[in-house]
Amino acid sequence: MTNRGRLSAPGGLSKPGSLSGPGGLADNGGPAGPGSASATALAAEPAEVYLADGGIPAGERLSEYAARHNLEPASARPPALKYLRMLWQRRQFITGFATASNVAMYSEARLGQLWQVLTPLLNAAVYFLIFGVLLHVSRGVPDYITFLVTGIFVFNFTQRACITSSVVMRDNLPLIRALPFPRGCLPLGYVIIELQQLLLSFTVLFVIILAYGEPFTWYWFLILPILVLQTLFNVGCSFLLARWGSGFDDVSQLLPFVIRTWMYASGVIFSITTSLALVPGQSLYHHKHLAYLLQINPAAVYITLIRNSLLTAQRISMPGYHPFNAVKCAMYGNPVKFHITQAAFQNKVIYYSSYCHPIVGQSALWGYAALWAVVAAVAGFFFFWWAETRYGRG
Amino acid sequence: MAEPMVVVDDLHVVYRVYGSGADKGTAATALLRMVRRQRRPSIREVHAIRGMSFVAYEGDAVGVIGRNGSGKSTLLRAIAGLLPAEQGMVYTQGHAALLGVNAALLENLTGEKNVVLGCLAMGMSPQTVKERYQSIVDFSGVGDFINLAMKTYSSGMGSRLRFAIASAKSQDILLVDEALATGDAEFRVKSHRRIDELRAQAGTVFLVAHNLGEIEETCNKVIWLEKGRIVQAGENVPEIVDAYLTATGGEPRVREPK
Repeated sequence: MTNRGRLSAPGGLSKPGSLSGPGGLADNGGPAGPGSASATALAAEPAEVYLADGGIPAGERLSEYAARHNLEPASARPPALKYLRMLWQRRQFITGFATASNVAMYSEARLGQLWQVLTPLLNAAVYFLIFGVLLHVSRGVPDYITFLVTGIFVFNFTQRACITSSVVMRDNLPLIRALPFPRGCLPLGYVIIELQQLLLSFTVLFVIILAYGEPFTWYWFLILPILVLQTLFNVGCSFLLARWGSGFDDVSQLLPFVIRTWMYASGVIFSITTSLALVPGQSLYHHKHLAYLLQINPAAVYITLIRNSLLTAQRISMPGYHPFNAVKCAMYGNPVKFHITQAAFQNKVIYYSSYCHPIVGQSALWGYAALWAVVAAVAGFFFFWWAETRYGRG
Repeated sequence: MAEPMVVVDDLHVVYRVYGSGADKGTAATALLRMVRRQRRPSIREVHAIRGMSFVAYEGDAVGVIGRNGSGKSTLLRAIAGLLPAEQGMVYTQGHAALLGVNAALLENLTGEKNVVLGCLAMGMSPQTVKERYQSIVDFSGVGDFINLAMKTYSSGMGSRLRFAIASAKSQDILLVDEALATGDAEFRVKSHRRIDELRAQAGTVFLVAHNLGEIEETCNKVIWLEKGRIVQAGENVPEIVDAYLTATGGEPRVREPK
């Protein structure tokens, strides 16, 4: 039975106001199942207009008729400013979504919410075991454990925000398809989830570093503006990866490898400056420009700033903390040449890195922190917004 | 003359299906394809909507009937803006909410959270959500299950709660794709009443159902699709339903005389 045959069935086929006769509906040949050769050959003539009830003046095109009645294309993207306002209007949804997801995340584990604290702790324990105990990467870094744990917790914030956001659109497909709402709520919600987890893991961090004898200082309050900037940066990354990951699974498959590389390049487990760039014979000693690039990468910027705020040993050993002193700097870089014993180095000379020239100074780090946050957030927002109507397809 | 809510202008929808079982190639052939910039052989194009035009006005409840694979769900997803048009365009007044038979909204969260978050997502204020919460839960009739994760719901309960949430806001356009099929008799009565309310508030409802009795009871207009085209459409719902039944080898429906 062909379409043509069924089209001639009795009953109100031709409505007044139709644009063309049933001729426009002619079958383009044979049963057109999925994947048939004619799949992309579109009909040349427009189809008959059904259900119009004579409401469309003769000769008016449907698009003109729709425009006259203020109808908009079903997949229209709102203007950027309006979209921002829509997101702000949904702020209770975003935070509520994050809180509820966080609470539900470990609901099927025996230890339940305890995993929120255990996960970062175990993470830090593994890295400490491998890099602190087995490989002795700690060379040249005072108070290595607090240095390592802080780095891991800060990097984990960006890492988790990126990885979870790459699957956010596919994870929430039923919600996206069922309800109309600005899709940007979802990556934003995922960043808030990670922010809430960060607050918990920072509580753990405070306990660890206080237990290591770190004094509480006013510098600690500097982490608030740093975390605000890092959150903004993460929002940008989330938007970017949410769009990339919405179409293909490949992004979320590849991402863990990219992020692991990023972690090693950001000085999470060793110090880019004091372990690699200031020591003769180390890989970055003759590549100061590369050391500079590694230092200004966003993850390294946020990690260094937070370490310098929380950890006194990091603050006072940061190059540039003391006025330049060529001898002391050289003693840090090559203790053997100056006949400095291992014990003396560990007690005192390890801080002499602060007499070297900084590769990126503290104020420059703040500048880069703000720059990365703004650039990422703005670029990510526009990149995500541009594809607003495409999420939920597939 | 009533205002148009949905204008479908010579719509064609072609969608591409990835990863159908045929793609069992090795990693090497996949790499070779990337180098040669070829498409995956497993991508199949489905020309699901092959040119149709119609208008739906405020207060309309439009039933969409047709065999499996005739393009009913595709049409609804195109109206919701979830599928791009290959040619032609869909124009709508406001946004469309699409209720399908698929899984829960936020399956790991409780029914309660789904109600609250769903309403907030649609743009309700927290105050309004608080006011309407109880009526939504009552309407859904899921009872004590409201405190359990939505993935534990039966398909009937899930669709009841989703319908209750999506229809809590006076949607401009509500697209119901077999979402009521799993509900029981009591819920069917309730949902018909809610659809009538939405129509009275100048909303437009599209209903896809294989239960033709439901179409006749609920809809004032009907569209019969076959292979991505409209066969018949109009306000003479019983006639078109009978013609559809005859064409698919069934008997005309037996109706109670009014």
